[in-house]
Amino acid sequence: MKVLVPVKRVIDYNVKVRVKADGSGVDLANVKMSMNPFDEIAVEEAIRLKEKGVASEIIVVSIGVKQAQETLRTALAMGADRAILIEASSDVHQDIEPLAVAKLLAGVVKAEEPGLVLTGKQAIDNDMNATGQMLSALLGWAQATYASELAVEGDSATVTREVDGGLQTIKVKLPAVITVDLRLNEPRYASLPNIMKAKKKPLEEKTAADYGVDVTPRLTVIKTTEPAGRKAGIKVASVDELIAKLKDEAGVI
Amino acid sequence: MQFGLTDEQKMIIETTRSFVETELYPHEAEVERSGHLRLDLIRDLQAKAIAAGLYAANMPEEVGGAGLDTLSWLLYERELGRANYALHWTCVARPSNILLAGTPEQREKYLFPCIRGEKWDCLAMTEPGAGSDLRGMTASARRDGGDWVLNGTKHFISHADLADFAIVFMASGEEDTPRGKKKRITAFFVDKGTPGFTVRDGYRNVSHRGYTNAVLDFDNCRLPDSAVLGEAHKGFEVANTWLGATRLQVAATCLGRADRALGHAISYAAERRQFGQQIGKFQGVSFKLADMAMELKAAELLTWEAAWKFDQGTVTEADMSMAKLKATEVLAMVADEAIQIHGGMGLMDDLPLERIWRDARVERIWEGTSEIQRHIISRELLRAVGG
Repeated sequence: MKVLVPVKRVIDYNVKVRVKADGSGVDLANVKMSMNPFDEIAVEEAIRLKEKGVASEIIVVSIGVKQAQETLRTALAMGADRAILIEASSDVHQDIEPLAVAKLLAGVVKAEEPGLVLTGKQAIDNDMNATGQMLSALLGWAQATYASELAVEGDSATVTREVDGGLQTIKVKLPAVITVDLRLNEPRYASLPNIMKAKKKPLEEKTAADYGVDVTPRLTVIKTTEPAGRKAGIKVASVDELIAKLKDEAGVI
Repeated sequence: MQFGLTDEQKMIIETTRSFVETELYPHEAEVERSGHLRLDLIRDLQAKAIAAGLYAANMPEEVGGAGLDTLSWLLYERELGRANYALHWTCVARPSNILLAGTPEQREKYLFPCIRGEKWDCLAMTEPGAGSDLRGMTASARRDGGDWVLNGTKHFISHADLADFAIVFMASGEEDTPRGKKKRITAFFVDKGTPGFTVRDGYRNVSHRGYTNAVLDFDNCRLPDSAVLGEAHKGFEVANTWLGATRLQVAATCLGRADRALGHAISYAAERRQFGQQIGKFQGVSFKLADMAMELKAAELLTWEAAWKFDQGTVTEADMSMAKLKATEVLAMVADEAIQIHGGMGLMDDLPLERIWRDARVERIWEGTSEIQRHIISRELLRAVGG
C-alpha cells in the first residue's frame, strides 16, 4: 500500500514570531522555516508503517513556494521514498488556502492512488485544521482526525482520537484520510547517512496549473496583531494581603 | 565561488544541533562538576547517537559512516563542538581516520568495532621530551627475531583510559638524508592487556573536564609484524596521509563553542539593564559584539574554504594551519569577551562561559601550537621565494 503524506513548510516553532509592519501577516523574510511539527509526526508514522511491512512506498508532497523543497528533503532524509513539490506561489507570504490545497492533493491522489493519506491535524502557522477533512470530502473517502494511535489491519484502520474529555476509538475503511495529533509518536532524527542518501531520491516538480487548480485566495486578512504583552505583577507585603487580593481582586478563591 | 549551504548541509546542522541540545547539554553540568563521565551515561548516549546516525559519521559510507564531504563533516563537527568535549567525543565518537589505513584484518579488528561503538581508539605520539618536535621521540621499537619490541613512555594521550587499543608511533631507527640523520618512525596497533603495555592516569588539567589524558608505558612490549599500521618506518607518512584534516576538525569544534558563547553574549546584552537601559546599547558592549561576530565569521570562512579546497585536492598545509590558528584564537577572544559582557555572572558555572573560556586554552596548544601553525604558514610563504 502506498502512503501519501502531505507536509507543509511553516515558520519554525522556536522562532519568536513578528508581525509585519503593515499588519498584513507574520514576517517570514529571513526567518527559519521547518516542517510543520504535526506533519513530521505523520511522516514518522508512515515510516513506522513501512517498517512494519504495512506501507510499501511513502510519497511526500508539499504545496507552496519552491523553498518547500527543503521540507521535502527533510522528509526524504527521515525515510520517505520520493517527493512531489507543487509550486503554487512565488511569494513566501502567500498562504495557499485549505480548499485549494485539498483540491491539489485530490489531484495527486488520483495520479498516485495511495491507500492512505496521513497528514498533520493542522499547520502551526494559521491553525486552519481543515485540509484533511476537505480532502476526504473531495475524494469521498473515510476520515479520522486527531489520531493518537493508529493500527492498520487488512482494509481498515483503527484510530484512537483525542477528543475533549477523553479518547475515542473508531474504525475506518481504507482508503482513508487520517490526520495526526501530537501524541501519536516522537519523530526520529534524520540520520546523517540518510541525509546524504536523500540527495539521490527523486523529487518531482509540478505546478498548481498541472492539476488545473486555481489557488487565488478567497479570504482577505484584515488585520494581524501580536498577543497582548503580559502586564507586570505586583509585590505583596504579607500572606494576608495575598489572600485578600486573590479573594477580592482576582476572585480566584 | 559559492557560499550557500546545500539542503543536505542544512539538515546535517539541524539534526546534529538538535541532538547536541536535547541529549548532551542536559548532562554537561554533571560532567563539568564531577570531572567524570559515567560509563552507563556513555552507553545510553552512545546508543542514541548510533540510532540517530551521528556516531562515527566522519567515516566513508562503505565502512558504515555517513560519507560526508569535508565541509559537511566539519559542519557536523561544529555542532558537536558546542557541547562539553568529553560528552561529544566519547558518546558521539569520530574514530581516527588513520584506521582506514589498516589492512583488511586490521579493519575487522579495529576500524569496524570503533564505527559500531564497540571499541574506542586513541592515538599516541607525544612524549615528555617530544611535543612540537615529534621526530625527537625516544620511545622506540626495535627488531627482535621476527617481532618488534617497544620501550619508552608516551604522555598526554587523550582518552587512553577508555580506549581499547592505542595507535602508537615509535622511533624505529635512523636513516641518512642530505640534511643529516633522521629518525624513522613506525606506527603500531597495541591492544590493552598486551604484556609490557600499561596505561596510567595522566594529569588533571584546566580544559575539557571529564576528558582524560593518560600516560602510556612500554616495557619490552612485544608485537608481531601484523601490528604495524601501514609500512614499517613510514609512520609519519601514514599520519600525514590520514590525519591531515584534524586541524580543521579542531577549528570546526572551536567555531561551535565560539558561536555558543557569542549567542549567550548577544542575549545577555539585549536583556541585562544597567543605568536604565540595555547594556547592549552602550558602545562599550555593542562594539565588542560586532568584533566578536566579525572575527568569528572570518574564522569560519577560513575553515570552510580550507574544507572546500581539501575536497578539490588543492588545500595547502598553510590553509589548514591558518584555519586552525584563527579559529582557536577567535574562540579564546570570543569566550573572554563574552565573560566580560556578563560581568561576574560570566564566571559562575551556571552558565557555560567559564568552561568555554577554560576549554579554549588547550585549543591553541594541541594539534600543533599556535607557534607551530605560524611556522607552517610562514615556511610556505618563504619557500615560494626559495627561502
